[in-house]
Amino acid sequence: MAAIELRNIVKVFSDKRRGRDLLTLDNINLDIEANDFVCLLGPSGCGKSTLLNIIAGFEQATSGRTLVGGKQVERPGSDRGVVFQQPTLMPWLTAIDNIAFHLKLKGVGKAERYDRAMEFIDLVGLRGFEHHHPSEMSGGMNQRVGIARALLMNPSVILMDEPFAALDAQTKLEMQEELVAIWQKRRCTIVFVTHSVDEALVLGNKIVVMTKRPGRIREAVNFDLPRPRDITSPEFNDAKRHILALIREESTRLAQAS
Amino acid sequence: MTSVIDAAPAKPAFRLTRALQGLERVVVPALLIAGWEVFARSGVLPPALLPAPSAVLHALGDWVFGFDETTQTYSGHWLRDALASALRVFGGFALASLLGILAGVAIGWSRLFEKTLEPTLQMLRPIPPVSWIPLAIIWFGIADKPAIFLVFLGAFFPVLMNSIHGVKTVDHNLVRAGAMMGASQRQMLTDIVLPAALPSIFAGLRIAVGSAWMLTVTAEMVAVKSGLGYVLWDSYYFLRYDIVLAAMISIGLLGYLSDLGLKAIMAHTLRWQQSTTVQGRAG
Repeated sequence: MAAIELRNIVKVFSDKRRGRDLLTLDNINLDIEANDFVCLLGPSGCGKSTLLNIIAGFEQATSGRTLVGGKQVERPGSDRGVVFQQPTLMPWLTAIDNIAFHLKLKGVGKAERYDRAMEFIDLVGLRGFEHHHPSEMSGGMNQRVGIARALLMNPSVILMDEPFAALDAQTKLEMQEELVAIWQKRRCTIVFVTHSVDEALVLGNKIVVMTKRPGRIREAVNFDLPRPRDITSPEFNDAKRHILALIREESTRLAQAS
Repeated sequence: MTSVIDAAPAKPAFRLTRALQGLERVVVPALLIAGWEVFARSGVLPPALLPAPSAVLHALGDWVFGFDETTQTYSGHWLRDALASALRVFGGFALASLLGILAGVAIGWSRLFEKTLEPTLQMLRPIPPVSWIPLAIIWFGIADKPAIFLVFLGAFFPVLMNSIHGVKTVDHNLVRAGAMMGASQRQMLTDIVLPAALPSIFAGLRIAVGSAWMLTVTAEMVAVKSGLGYVLWDSYYFLRYDIVLAAMISIGLLGYLSDLGLKAIMAHTLRWQQSTTVQGRAG
């Protein structure tokens, strides 16, 4: 049984003001195995974030079935940790309180909360900043808190929606390396949405290339280049060429269609 | 620009600029008061119509400490009068804050409350609180109650409006994050929506405390026989404009102090919010 099973997912947004419907996701079928690092790659507006939101339970598919761990997804839940594009931390809580928020909601006492959160503070390299508020930390540090917060729930899958898009190039590289290290250490299933071919190739061992309007899966590419990945190696470039060709072919098709 | 080497000798000069910066706040009021004193003493207007600041200060001093009975029956009674007004402000404001926040959060959070409760409240809102005075007197008589009722009316709507706004503008991704971490509906409200709306709620409370003082004084002029507003209106009948001005100053001062108190509570509660300006963090 796959960790995540998507069966014939269709999502239609009704545009009430213009009185027409917009087909955003068209018959998506995808199996994601446990401990996979899957990158959903596609241009903006291809519905990749919508697909992630459907898995997270934030949005409902118009039709089709979404199963996580064999169970139908109906609402958000702590079995699916989400890392948002913006850190989306509670600004009135310190880093450690944000990370342990899930435990607080469950009624776990403060001492145990802090004890368990410290492990994740260390994991994302924020020791010394645990009592800082989000407004006192940089974007990269806040995103680390967001990742630690998702990991602490020990979810079966982690869903990430372009979490590094707002970071500068250098911080982005560091965070990508750390994320891979965390994934290797903790062995979790990650679904990572991105529009960057390079990012997808650095991170994923399965790259799902999506097409634009309506969102369909063009091809799911398995990519098992050993880590740490050399982004100048021939294998890396071969994969990149293949994926770029898929995308280019798609834009030619769109250009001819219009 | 000071380099590291001459930083130490520059310290006294720095202290002097600090002192001067403190002075710049008082320049305008000092000039105004001095000009008023000179004009009042020049004899253009009879002293009874425009008392000099020194006379007002004298009246205020006697009202507070009762040293020479300049203020006749009020001599030494300031504390009692101020306390009477302050208690009305506090009573009405506390009631308005409690109900305003409750109703505001309910309307902002739930469609049901928005549809059922909000239209009525929004229809009542444009009615000036002062126009309730006749009904307030009929219902509550001449005492503390009509004043508290008026204060409540004046303070309720700013709290209500800002609470609704605060809840409605909560970042909806924070709510999603809460749902992701398994928050129940009640936890969503108490642990996410309410803290997120606090800055806006406090803005409402600060407007409300100002309205509260305005309405206490108004009510005391008409419907109550004690308090700073009553002294003000009573002195007007006896042509004691020095006491009228002393009462105005007292009201201004107490209003200012209430706002300072509220600001201190706000700064403590919202200490996670860095007040950043163009020049950086406010010190």
